[in-house]
Amino acid sequence: MMDRALVLGGIIFGLLLAAPFVLPLLGAGYLAGLLIKAMLLAIAALSLDLLIGHGGMVSLGHAAFIGVGAYAGAIALESGIEEILVLLAITLVVTGAVALATGLLALRTSGVYFLMITLAFGQMIYFTLTSLAAYGGDDGLTLWTMGTLFGSDVVQNDGGLYFVVLGMLFLTWWGIYRMSRARFGRVLRAARDNPARAEVMGYAVNRYRLVAYVIAALIAGVSGLLMMQHAEFVSPTIATWQHSGDLIVVVVLGGLATRNGAILGAFFVVVIEEVLGSFFTEWRLIYGPLLVLMVLYAKGGLSDLLVPRQTQGKHP
Amino acid sequence: MSTLKIRNLNKSFGALHVSRDVSFTVPEGACHALIGPNGAGKTTLIHQISGVLRADSGQILLDGRDISDLSVSARVQAGLGRTFQITSVLPSFTVLENLAIAAQAKSGSSMRFFRDAAEERALNDIAQATLERVGLGSRAQIPAADMSHGELRLLELGIALVAKPKFLLLDEPMAGLGRAEGAALVTLLGDLRASIPMLLVEHDMDAIFQLAHTVSVLVEGAIVAEGTPDEVRASAAARAAYLGGDAA
Repeated sequence: MMDRALVLGGIIFGLLLAAPFVLPLLGAGYLAGLLIKAMLLAIAALSLDLLIGHGGMVSLGHAAFIGVGAYAGAIALESGIEEILVLLAITLVVTGAVALATGLLALRTSGVYFLMITLAFGQMIYFTLTSLAAYGGDDGLTLWTMGTLFGSDVVQNDGGLYFVVLGMLFLTWWGIYRMSRARFGRVLRAARDNPARAEVMGYAVNRYRLVAYVIAALIAGVSGLLMMQHAEFVSPTIATWQHSGDLIVVVVLGGLATRNGAILGAFFVVVIEEVLGSFFTEWRLIYGPLLVLMVLYAKGGLSDLLVPRQTQGKHP
Repeated sequence: MSTLKIRNLNKSFGALHVSRDVSFTVPEGACHALIGPNGAGKTTLIHQISGVLRADSGQILLDGRDISDLSVSARVQAGLGRTFQITSVLPSFTVLENLAIAAQAKSGSSMRFFRDAAEERALNDIAQATLERVGLGSRAQIPAADMSHGELRLLELGIALVAKPKFLLLDEPMAGLGRAEGAALVTLLGDLRASIPMLLVEHDMDAIFQLAHTVSVLVEGAIVAEGTPDEVRASAAARAAYLGGDAA
């Protein structure tokens, strides 16, 4: 039996890999930048899907980890560290520590209380970032240097960065898929479906949830670091709870706990925003009803429209 | 060596004293039944034994080891298996996967992120063998959500058995079963009780008289009578409190 989700994934990555070789014909800079933006959103959305789709933990503070990752990188860069692998290590350590500390507390709750506590932590992080006066405060920080890879500038132009971001997207996509099929993912799914049952199978459910929470935060942190490198600018607005909400929209729109849903959702949102935004300033007037229609009539998200799940019957 | 020992368990919710100095022992190879009218505190007692609730005072010993301070999952790892009063399985998993993931809990770390768990032969073999044992061998690939109530009861028992428990806590296993299904379950439990001692909380008196070696009668949180099923049936206290017209 053909794995249609895998085929769709192959098509997506094939197109993304081919794009830079075709795009120069279409006027390079703008489109490459747009694709990088969409891929970065997709990475963050995939990580949030690990929480929401696979783990059943709806967080309203996930974007804060993007902010933590971006600022950890930016502050290290400002203090003179330019090697991007070192920046990556710093981002991972800082994001991981913040995730571990907030996760330990947040996971004492579940459901709507988890939503509230992640919202609170997210806002605490957001306001912390706005209070960093030395690093731009509310206005954000424009960076005058960029990370380098072993002293080389390949990760500084859109061309090189494009492939780095694509590589990270692929790793995230593939890694989360493997994880979801492995022992860890199975326990996470059981804990989502019926936590009491999972406990009585002998699983300390919260330990698995915490690990998923930290992994998701680490991925979001890396997407923040790459966002910083791409934009040469960081701003606290990437850490707002509104941005966390946008990420939830992307994941739900694409299809929860599906292989390609988060990527489809991210590209859909970025394209819609660009296309509608170029015609109307009030493009959200159209975007809103479009979301309503999608949620009402395509419950499995974009992923289900393209690759209907085999086990379930069609919707009546 | 006794297998499950409950010592002077007390539990109150505010002014409501739901367990009053409850003590009993279930020895090796025995099936002990716990009966009592609704509201007698049977479920609260089960919750304390399984770890959902902590007792205010008293001890729970499994094979001589005090498990009173362990979490639910740690008690399962220590060998305490249980079934739920209200059927509880993983509905989106297949029948086989419900058992395979239960086997996984007993077989090495589950912090594994790469290898496909569904392809682990060792886990699937244990799962399949247990399915055969509870009579669901042919249903392995069906989503648990599509099973009948009676089959789910058997699946739940299977989930408990996969972990090779030292002791089984059965919370109203007969509830909602038809006559034939109930008889099949009684036969199955009868086969099991020689190898795994069990505590049976049940309303179905026929099942209790067939399975239990000893019975405790719980009324308002306290044990008012104890003995063999026949002794309990004859006991005035038990009749007054519970059996009443039902068993006359």
